[in-house]
Amino acid sequence: MTTTMPEVISDTDPRLTSFDRFERDAAQPKWLLNIRKSGLARFSENGFPTLLDEDWRFTNVKPIVELPFKPVTSLPVQLPAAADLVKFHFLKTSETLLVFVDGHFAPGLSRLPAAQKGVLITNLKDAITKVPELIEEKLSKLSTVDANGFTGLNTAYFEDGVFVHVAAGQSVDQPVHALFISTGRETGATSHPRNLIIVDASAQLTYLENFVSLGNAATFSNAVSEFFLGDNASVEHLKFQEQDENAFHIAGLYSDIGRDARFWSHSLALGSALSRNNIRARLNGPGLQAVLNGLYLTHHKQVADHHMFVEHAAPHCESHEYFNGILDDESRGVFHGRIFVHRVAQKTDAKQTNKNLLLSDDAKANTKPQLEIYADDVKCTHGATVGQMDEKAIFYLRARGLPLEIARRMLMHAFAGEIIDRVQHNVIREELDQIVWDRLEEKLATT
Amino acid sequence: MSKPLLEIKNLHAGVEGRKILNGLSLEMNAGEVHAIMGPNGSGKSTLASILAGREDYEITDGQVIYQGEDLLEMAPEERAHKGVFLAFQYPIEIPGVNSTYFLKAALNEKRKANGQPELDAMEFLTLVKEKMKVVELPEDFLKRPVNAGFSGGEKKRNEIFQMAVLEPTLAILDETDSGLDIDALRIVAEGVNRLKTANNAQLVITHYQRLLNYIVPDQVHVLSNGRIIKTGGKELALELEEKGYDWITKGDAVAA
Amino acid sequence: MSTATDTIEGFVKKEYKYGFITDIEADSAPPGLNEEIVRFISAKKQEPEWLLEWRLKAYRHWLTMKEPRWPHVQYPPINYQDIVYYSAPKSPKDAPRSLDEVDPKLLETYEKLGIPLRERERLAGVAVDAVFDSVSVGTTFKETLAEKGIIFCSISEAVREHPDLVKKYLGTVVPYTDNFFAALNSAVFTDGSFCFIPKGVRCPMELSTYFRINAAKSGQFERTLIVAEEGSHVSYLEGCTAPMRDENQLHAAVVELVALEKAEIKYSTVQNWYPGDENGVGGIYNFVTKRGLCKGANSKISWTQVETGSAITWKYPSCVLLGDNAVGEFYSVALANLKQQADTGTKMIHIGKNTRSTIVSKGISAGRGQNSYRGLVEVRKSAIDARNYTQCDSLLIGDRCGAHTFPYIDVRNTSASVEHEATTSKIGEDQIFYCNQRGISTQDAVNMIVNGFCKEVFKELPMEFAVEAQKLLGVSLEGSVG
Repeated sequence: MTTTMPEVISDTDPRLTSFDRFERDAAQPKWLLNIRKSGLARFSENGFPTLLDEDWRFTNVKPIVELPFKPVTSLPVQLPAAADLVKFHFLKTSETLLVFVDGHFAPGLSRLPAAQKGVLITNLKDAITKVPELIEEKLSKLSTVDANGFTGLNTAYFEDGVFVHVAAGQSVDQPVHALFISTGRETGATSHPRNLIIVDASAQLTYLENFVSLGNAATFSNAVSEFFLGDNASVEHLKFQEQDENAFHIAGLYSDIGRDARFWSHSLALGSALSRNNIRARLNGPGLQAVLNGLYLTHHKQVADHHMFVEHAAPHCESHEYFNGILDDESRGVFHGRIFVHRVAQKTDAKQTNKNLLLSDDAKANTKPQLEIYADDVKCTHGATVGQMDEKAIFYLRARGLPLEIARRMLMHAFAGEIIDRVQHNVIREELDQIVWDRLEEKLATT
Repeated sequence: MSKPLLEIKNLHAGVEGRKILNGLSLEMNAGEVHAIMGPNGSGKSTLASILAGREDYEITDGQVIYQGEDLLEMAPEERAHKGVFLAFQYPIEIPGVNSTYFLKAALNEKRKANGQPELDAMEFLTLVKEKMKVVELPEDFLKRPVNAGFSGGEKKRNEIFQMAVLEPTLAILDETDSGLDIDALRIVAEGVNRLKTANNAQLVITHYQRLLNYIVPDQVHVLSNGRIIKTGGKELALELEEKGYDWITKGDAVAA
Repeated sequence: MSTATDTIEGFVKKEYKYGFITDIEADSAPPGLNEEIVRFISAKKQEPEWLLEWRLKAYRHWLTMKEPRWPHVQYPPINYQDIVYYSAPKSPKDAPRSLDEVDPKLLETYEKLGIPLRERERLAGVAVDAVFDSVSVGTTFKETLAEKGIIFCSISEAVREHPDLVKKYLGTVVPYTDNFFAALNSAVFTDGSFCFIPKGVRCPMELSTYFRINAAKSGQFERTLIVAEEGSHVSYLEGCTAPMRDENQLHAAVVELVALEKAEIKYSTVQNWYPGDENGVGGIYNFVTKRGLCKGANSKISWTQVETGSAITWKYPSCVLLGDNAVGEFYSVALANLKQQADTGTKMIHIGKNTRSTIVSKGISAGRGQNSYRGLVEVRKSAIDARNYTQCDSLLIGDRCGAHTFPYIDVRNTSASVEHEATTSKIGEDQIFYCNQRGISTQDAVNMIVNGFCKEVFKELPMEFAVEAQKLLGVSLEGSVG
């Protein structure tokens, strides 16, 4: 199956050898083992990206490559107490909660919703036993679009994740909240959350992914989520990442969107030493809208990277990408957006903006918005800004009697607010707003 | 019985040599709501475009009589002046053109054509504010350019808002429900229902059966291969929801 | 019944309304360019020795230069020996002293152009300097302006009457070595306007110049110099037309603006040179160098242009922001219809601290027109806290035209904030049909959309110019549609 082995990956690499346990596992369905093998093959073909790779030229993953690779193979015996979780965001407002500890489902900490006709919300492992055909049909069907070694690793090694299926015409009223905890007890502890979200025609779902840490070891979480949206479906997705600043985080988000559907995907990157989101959206039916919306707040030496590829494969679609970053200290924000408009995708309306606010002279933003258009009747715009805070506006506010810190915070909050305001779900938006406000306050208290 | 408001007789039409409508016939009276359903590519949107006067289509046979006149002979704006309104499947953005200005121009052109005095800015604003309630639109809509930067749902609501202002005699709603969440669908459907009178008619084209939970048609027509193959009451829509289109379209193939 | 595409096609066909030839006896030099012609022009204008020397240096430098080929435009080689470099209408007297002395036929020409000098003088209170071919034919309101110490006259007159001022500033913003056409202009410029606003004076009226190329095979090389001293303020308007001729005519002007501390210059252009016909025969080659120097702190230069004419436009009105807190602005509507080609934009050079610039460019392409925006935003190392905002929108009408955007951003100071936004959209059959379906005619729909597109620039123009620009754009796009 594997053809060539790049030099970086040796035959004795623990990332390859520890795969045996899946082969030995009798409970592993054959089709699933095959999917895992294809992931492993992809990883060994592509290896880890380097700065020479155009898609990774601004982000060096060497610190991740150098970590000891220690997959967490079972649910830790010593689970966090429910009281430990209270500090995490969005918990109070979530009636439906799926908790994953180091990549494993923790039923005792989770709250699954009452059964609803046409709706299945559970962990992926459970779903594989309940609806194997559906999973065989969808799993890893989107995540193969790019040659990404990290996604390959996830496909080979994932333990568990979220599974949601909403059948045609059904609507899930409460947001589904998935909390991914890295216990962070050991350097190199690695988890591969794997989520599969299937929302059929005219169905509706709000889904929240929350990545957090309990300890402060240099752990690695490598998540992949696949979204299938049927015709006229409506999905709002929020990915919230506030892992420990020693942790590393890579995520792949793959979506396939049907005609007339609406897809909002928000990404908030606050934590991790290095975080990277690979967002891939394929707009497959006419008349749909996809909004990719993100905010990154970084300080110290953090790096937050968002890398997008949006493919317009049908006419009359709208895709909007908005990413704002507030960067302090020596931190760095990376935005790399590519919109590809196929020849058939006439009347495309694509928009892409990336704005960066630098709070210190040593903070840096790399931005690379790209348009690639093969249709002739389209509306495409892109823009990028990198700048410091508007001193005149600050002066204006101070002249009206506001202290300097409040004036600065107000402007930063307004800048972040452009992104937060696009969140559709009222309760989530309000909590998010509070989180960002608190974070900015904390930032100012320390500077 | 009085004459029908709209009579489509044996309409054949196509584009670039490809036939889309194959002998479509339909009659509508004032005060009626008709729904047209059908699988992808059956000709639903083509019918809407032809009725509104889009010139991309070649009409090879048949007739469309509207209020006793030959509709196909009229320019699009003339049809508009005579009360034909199309709610577009994909409402067009017109950047730089203020919504109020646009709608006022449209309404006054219609009034001029019908020998009515034009409305001044004050009269128009009063009217518009009244009509905005029909679809629960915020007032800042009026200051924005036509459809530019609107979300999909806002565009669809804006279509119904324009319909409320222009008070058409024949309203054709082309997939107005597509791309709407349940809440937005409810608002749009209620707006449409409120605009129904004994003197106008509504032709509702839809891809998703769920719309007919909110707008109750007098007749439901199933369009397949460019002609109506089955007509029934609202219960037909329910039947379609359960069984899909195959059971009728198969029959159509046999009959053909 | 015509299709919607035909309808749009119909719109982009038009007739040039300003195409008529004035029959006036002209006093011309023979075609061709050599040192003798340069001396001839200088002698005709009774110029001082230093200016002749400067012209000759420019001419000699020009000989060493090559015509630029980087613009996104195509045209056959220009034979510079085939052009008439001097053509002045012969008047009963050597130079008209007042409007009463101006050839009545000329005044009639202006009437046809819709810019009756007298009308303007009386109604609008605009002081007009009209340049016909190569000579300035009369300046209105000179006396009113003189009371405030404002000098507004032809550049030839300025050379005679205010040689020190001209000598001090001429060529300081656009040196003759700057580019091929600037060098050519420096060698052979025949006339143009000069304007000087002394310290602290706010010019009480809009100053205005109309340019017209009339004589066959003649080029027009006017030179405009505006100097605004400390704290002064001036708004200057420029309009251009030319008759229909089958051959191409060259227009290579140079405009230099100097704004000292806290001075403000607003320079507006409505350019409607003959664009050629729909097959690209005839029309003006408009190769112009316009540059403003914000020399003093807190100075401001603002360019607004509506460019509907010319076969080829090659023009980048620029601002050099040297003084701290200086502001540069560029607002442009450029139309390329028929077979017109436009390569236009701006350069904003930030040198001083806290300098700011704004660029709003609206390009309209119709027919087989090709419209390119080319803009440079340069932030030098010294330009701490510089800011630029660029918005660059293109509108396509029909599917045989093109729009291109070439932004260049060169930032050498990290405190700078540079924003660039670009959009391309199309007046499609869809938009027209949507308007039709709402009861609005095709003609009204096109006007509505185009004016909406240009709104941000029109609002920068002085009131009566804005109306004129809007009409002009309407005329340029309307036509035979019934």
